[in-house]
Amino acid sequence: MKLMMLGWELPPYNSGGLGVACYQMAKALAGKGVDIQFVLPYKARHEDSEKFMEVVAASNTPPLVNDKGEYVAMGAYSGTCPTCQSRECDHAREYGQGFVAATRKYADQVEKLVRRHKLSPDIIHAHDWLTMEAGVRAKEVSGRPLVVHVHATEFDRAGGHLGNPLIHEIEYNGLMAADRIFAVSQITKDIIVREYHIPEDKVEVVHNSLDPDELERTIIETNNYMYAKELRKHGWTVVASIGRLTVQKGLTYLLESAALALAHNPKLLFLVSGTGEQRDQLIELAADLGISDRVVFVGFVRGERWRELYEIADIFVMPSVSEPFGLTALEAAHYGTALLISKQSGVGEVLRNIMRFDYWDTRKLADEIINISLSPSLKKELMEGVKEEYLNFSWNDVAEKLSREYHRVMRGRRRAMHDDSKLHLERVAA
Amino acid sequence: MSKAIVLYMHVHQPWRVREYSAFDTAVDHNYWNEANHHSGANNARILRKVAEKSYFPTNAMLLDMLNSHPEFKLSLSITGTFLEQCEAYLPELLSSFKALVDTGRVEIVGETYYHSLAFFYNRAEFDRQVALHAKKIKDVFGVTPTAFRNTELAYNNDLGRWADIHGYKAVLAEGWDSVLGWRSPNYAYRPVSTQNVKLLLKNYKLSDDMAFRFSNRGWAEWPLTMDKYAGWLDAEPDSPLVNLFVDYETFGEHQWADTGIFEFLRQLPHDWLSRPEHTFMTVSEAADSVEAKDYIDMPHTVTWADTERDLSAWLGNRMQQESQGNIYNLSSAVMETGDENLISDWRRLTTSDHPYYMSTKYWNDGDVHAYFSPYPSPYDAFLYYMNALRDIKYRLMQHNQNHKG
Repeated sequence: MKLMMLGWELPPYNSGGLGVACYQMAKALAGKGVDIQFVLPYKARHEDSEKFMEVVAASNTPPLVNDKGEYVAMGAYSGTCPTCQSRECDHAREYGQGFVAATRKYADQVEKLVRRHKLSPDIIHAHDWLTMEAGVRAKEVSGRPLVVHVHATEFDRAGGHLGNPLIHEIEYNGLMAADRIFAVSQITKDIIVREYHIPEDKVEVVHNSLDPDELERTIIETNNYMYAKELRKHGWTVVASIGRLTVQKGLTYLLESAALALAHNPKLLFLVSGTGEQRDQLIELAADLGISDRVVFVGFVRGERWRELYEIADIFVMPSVSEPFGLTALEAAHYGTALLISKQSGVGEVLRNIMRFDYWDTRKLADEIINISLSPSLKKELMEGVKEEYLNFSWNDVAEKLSREYHRVMRGRRRAMHDDSKLHLERVAA
Repeated sequence: MSKAIVLYMHVHQPWRVREYSAFDTAVDHNYWNEANHHSGANNARILRKVAEKSYFPTNAMLLDMLNSHPEFKLSLSITGTFLEQCEAYLPELLSSFKALVDTGRVEIVGETYYHSLAFFYNRAEFDRQVALHAKKIKDVFGVTPTAFRNTELAYNNDLGRWADIHGYKAVLAEGWDSVLGWRSPNYAYRPVSTQNVKLLLKNYKLSDDMAFRFSNRGWAEWPLTMDKYAGWLDAEPDSPLVNLFVDYETFGEHQWADTGIFEFLRQLPHDWLSRPEHTFMTVSEAADSVEAKDYIDMPHTVTWADTERDLSAWLGNRMQQESQGNIYNLSSAVMETGDENLISDWRRLTTSDHPYYMSTKYWNDGDVHAYFSPYPSPYDAFLYYMNALRDIKYRLMQHNQNHKG
């Protein structure tokens, strides 16, 4: 089977989790013998990916670099500035329009490649709105079935706001034109059905996964988070969160819960990592709540500091208002933390040994933090339980499910074509 | 009857906290030496820059004025943190200040060593910082302060009583209209319920003409000539004093050399002293020679900052309050260690400039608060400060572990 995957980025040129998920998914599919052409909007070497699939550059544009010198590919997050992560800054507005233009250009290029038979897939798999138009056009030109994979909708990215109507339209057209839709969680499926009026049976939930072997452990003694390490020796509990500081991630609720929890157990230290347009507001909120000395804003972390943040944490909180999946929670499980996941986060659907809360229910979250910090046995149960669960995770299972779905779609397509031609013949005969 | 200008200038540089990240906490206990030369928080660079623009040329000119006008006198307050930075980065600057004091006509006014708000948080620490400053001044200049100014001229009745009990001749404050009412700042006063100390109030209109408005082309009186200014100085014929209290950095830093501020200052004694009844006095001399006209009741704290003349530039928002509440909360634990380095680092964090950098007042207007901040935003100022504060806590834990049993 020849699969054409339309993606916006792959590691190491990824601006976020989308590139990682695409990479892992493709790798597992290739392992099942699927012949993959992965089409990117920019041109660069991807040594790891090229080992198991053909990486096709739709253009000669090099990947974008932000002002910190980090590659951000083409920026996976619609409307967010790759530099400051804001949706409101001038860059973001430019990108908002520029992005839509960039996805159109990508669609033109993909269409051209398909017309010239540079790409001749059996099936087309497009990831998120960024590649949906390209997917639709490739389907029209090639007559091959299209599956659309939704990692996040514009509703999620807008965090309760309406979002960009241009992007909604692209999403709507893509979802309508698709032969089948994959959603990364039931939450996302519900949004697709509710907001885009897509029939429920057209949408299949395919949860993301994680390969335990892919994650490294920090072996060397580092001097990261030394303050937190010292406090832990004195019986403190470290609570961590990782993510962009945006409305979607619900951190204001975490801080309010922190204040409530600290009133019962002052030996709590909160490490908030990430950056984003909400940073200053969160700093001020922590001060307003009188908990500034207990809340450390560690900034954007990657590499060793990123891994170690999971390791140092006793509790990992995902307070997202709207989180299609939330891979960081699985990573946190790997590094041995107790997980508190909002009911609005998709990853909560695949884990049992976690505690959940509605993102707005700050008392409930505070209660959970207090209980875990005061009960070593509860913490142990949660940590060990979730670790055992996540060991069963594998991208292989995802690849198997995808293969089955591909075949189903292709069978359905053939049957439909067969029916069409039969109908045609009957009409001619009549 | 004679009439004296009391020229008083405040000299200060804080130890700015370097760009101290959360990953420095509990690892690197150096909060002050910024490696990035171009950072606004590079203390050595800033001291050299201000010295070049302001301290050196102004001191040279002041010495010249003292030499050519035997009646010219002035008063300075110089913070301990400024003296420390001179000693560390620019000893020749210290010598130029010593040369001024050695004329015998430059009085040094007492204050807190660290330019802190300790008076409002911890009276015992306040006393210690005042004593530290007096000792430092004695060591460096060989004189002992007999007048007092609190950080940012923050004054209330308590401070007046405190200065009285501690035997000061004078204490300085803002001559703010709502306090003075119909009274003029150009007299000496007595703080309510005190015996001996005099209260000298800043003539903020005349002081600010020089310190703030001098180069403002939008000001109706621009350009300010000495002729015009001399007329204003003399506008109240019967009053004995004109209290001109300014930041030293007015000369060359707040008002750049090309505004003509140096020529203006040079002309001041020349023009003023051309009338025989005119003279200059230091603050203690003024307190000695001028009778108190009335008593002044200031139950609320008044400062010389912003149009509010209160502490809101330092303690107006919750970040500022958190930073100060947290730092003073550590005072007894820090003092108990007896660890000189720890105590000194902690005290440097009590400097009022730190919360000033966290001010969000007028932040959106990009006003003076932003101009004088070494950081990109009040939020960054707060984060660096809190990271350093947690490091102090870490050092306390370490100390207590090492000294247990």
